Amino acid sequence: MSAGQRRLDIEQIGDVTVAKFVDKKILDENNIQVIGNQLFGLVEEDGRKKIILDFSNVEYLSSAALGKLITMDKKVKSSGGKLRLCTIRPDIYEVFAITRLNKLFDIRDDQQAALAGF
Amino acid sequence: MAERSEFEVSIPSSTSHGYEVQERILTLLESSGFTDRDLFGVKLALEEALVNAIKHGNGMDPEKMVRVHCVLKQEEVTIVIEDEGEGFDPSDVPDPTDDDNLEKPSGRGLMLMRAFMTSIDYNDCGNKVTLVKQRTVETE
Repeated sequence: MSAGQRRLDIEQIGDVTVAKFVDKKILDENNIQVIGNQLFGLVEEDGRKKIILDFSNVEYLSSAALGKLITMDKKVKSSGGKLRLCTIRPDIYEVFAITRLNKLFDIRDDQQAALAGF
Repeated sequence: MAERSEFEVSIPSSTSHGYEVQERILTLLESSGFTDRDLFGVKLALEEALVNAIKHGNGMDPEKMVRVHCVLKQEEVTIVIEDEGEGFDPSDVPDPTDDDNLEKPSGRGLMLMRAFMTSIDYNDCGNKVTLVKQRTVETE
């Protein structure tokens, strides 16, 4: 079951939660579902307000994964929190740029830059 | 080398079979010297096209098959993916980059395929897509 498969490495730095994707590929439908549930849990169950998603391990992601990120962004914003994305490699950043999602998300170069002034 | 490789398979409508075909095509392209960047684009487009066929076209129905035909020539690869669904009209898919659609969680697969492949074409009924990727020639 999904509960046993941790797809995010969680680190708490002060009042900021850094969630690093474990997977290199965020593609498979089931995998995306599990990742989505774990992301949403950070907001809906844990009540975390400042969240950084670290993409340093991620080499591929599909449009279905983008959909989960958009829903995550909405959930964080509607709970009065803030979401930042960081350490996105150039190929993946291009996916964000093509779909104009680089305008929707607050994207920073690396974890340090994402933590600054958060 | 003026070589040409070609294969055709029919797979059941499950994503795990989709990945096997994806890997087969990517291994073929990798061994024929496609650049990493080309491979990234083809992988992304294949992922979207196969998920469309398996999930949206065939509705994950195990009785329905997805046909994949791959032709690799020296300068380009052509991949045709056909499902047994009713098809759709690609022009009905709204532009996900419009301000009104930017926050909608779906509708980006088609756009990514177009961006990363040299061309993509649907047949009239919309259940068969032809993806073409021209090889990038790296200049030293």
